[in-house]
Amino acid sequence: MSFINLKDKVVQVKIVYYGPGRCGKTTNLEYVNRKFRDQIQSEMVSLKTHGDRTLFFDFLPFDMGQIKGYDIKIQLYTVPGQVKYNATRKLVLKGVDGVVFVADAMEKQREKNIRSLNQLHENLQAYKESIFKIPLVIQYNKVDLKDHGVPILPTAVLRKDLNSRLKVPDLEASAITGYNVAATLKKIISATVVSIQKKLL
Amino acid sequence: MNYGIVSQEQLEQIDTILADKLIKLGVDCVIIIDMAGNIITAKDNGESKYDVYSFAALAAGNFATVDAMAKLVGEAEFSLLFHKGQDSNIHFSKIDDELLLISMFGKDISLGFLRLNVVEAIEQIKTVWDTSSS
Repeated sequence: MSFINLKDKVVQVKIVYYGPGRCGKTTNLEYVNRKFRDQIQSEMVSLKTHGDRTLFFDFLPFDMGQIKGYDIKIQLYTVPGQVKYNATRKLVLKGVDGVVFVADAMEKQREKNIRSLNQLHENLQAYKESIFKIPLVIQYNKVDLKDHGVPILPTAVLRKDLNSRLKVPDLEASAITGYNVAATLKKIISATVVSIQKKLL
Repeated sequence: MNYGIVSQEQLEQIDTILADKLIKLGVDCVIIIDMAGNIITAKDNGESKYDVYSFAALAAGNFATVDAMAKLVGEAEFSLLFHKGQDSNIHFSKIDDELLLISMFGKDISLGFLRLNVVEAIEQIKTVWDTSSS
């Protein structure tokens, strides 16, 4: 649930990057943090293990400017991807307004993507949210690996696996090079802001 | 309870309570957040410059973690937390199931005195808050 402050005219929007372990959620945020440094006033917060894997969440707040006189503060979160950390993932999803599902395009990760998406569905239900209603964008990450000879799934297959029922906006991306990272962010922000506007009207 | 929107009037009342009960006492910064990590309001003494947005996200995560620990040892909740540092301290106290009051203060204030004032502030905030949800 976004929080709206009528006194200071501020809307806080929570967007969570969700997906299986090592799919590139943190890399997405790191790219945004570098690329849009001028718009970001604070440092990115990362709670990670010694092995550099996300333990709790990453957090990156930035200002998007104004809509109808209201300052929009976007707050980006990631979740830990490892299977055993579902309790933590659930905590981070509390009060979420929009979700980016980051899928790993590597062939060997096919099943993990599907499992993770199913778990997102269950975790949202725990907060009485529906994966079919919440603003959602799917990103097929790591498409650059094709050029390095790593077998990756064709987008058509990924789409069939993950987006055949949801039918949400989806795009190929490469978080490490930055390809479509900003485009993903733009899509989820606009979907989320529209959905908040609809709820309010 | 519709806690997503708070009226200007309510926020002003809450800000006054925070200023009277805590800032006047010498607390550096007081923040009210919800459990999702959103800031409801933040007040400071005009000198401290904390990154309150990151702080809110971490505090909500911290409190949620401690809540889960409470359940593991068979407690319904740990309703307050206190972190002590050399020069500054942080005190967390639950207002209700959705809201958290965080006070950051230096070494000049005794914890006991702060806690008394936090309890009074929370009582008053609850009355303001309840009128919004009923």
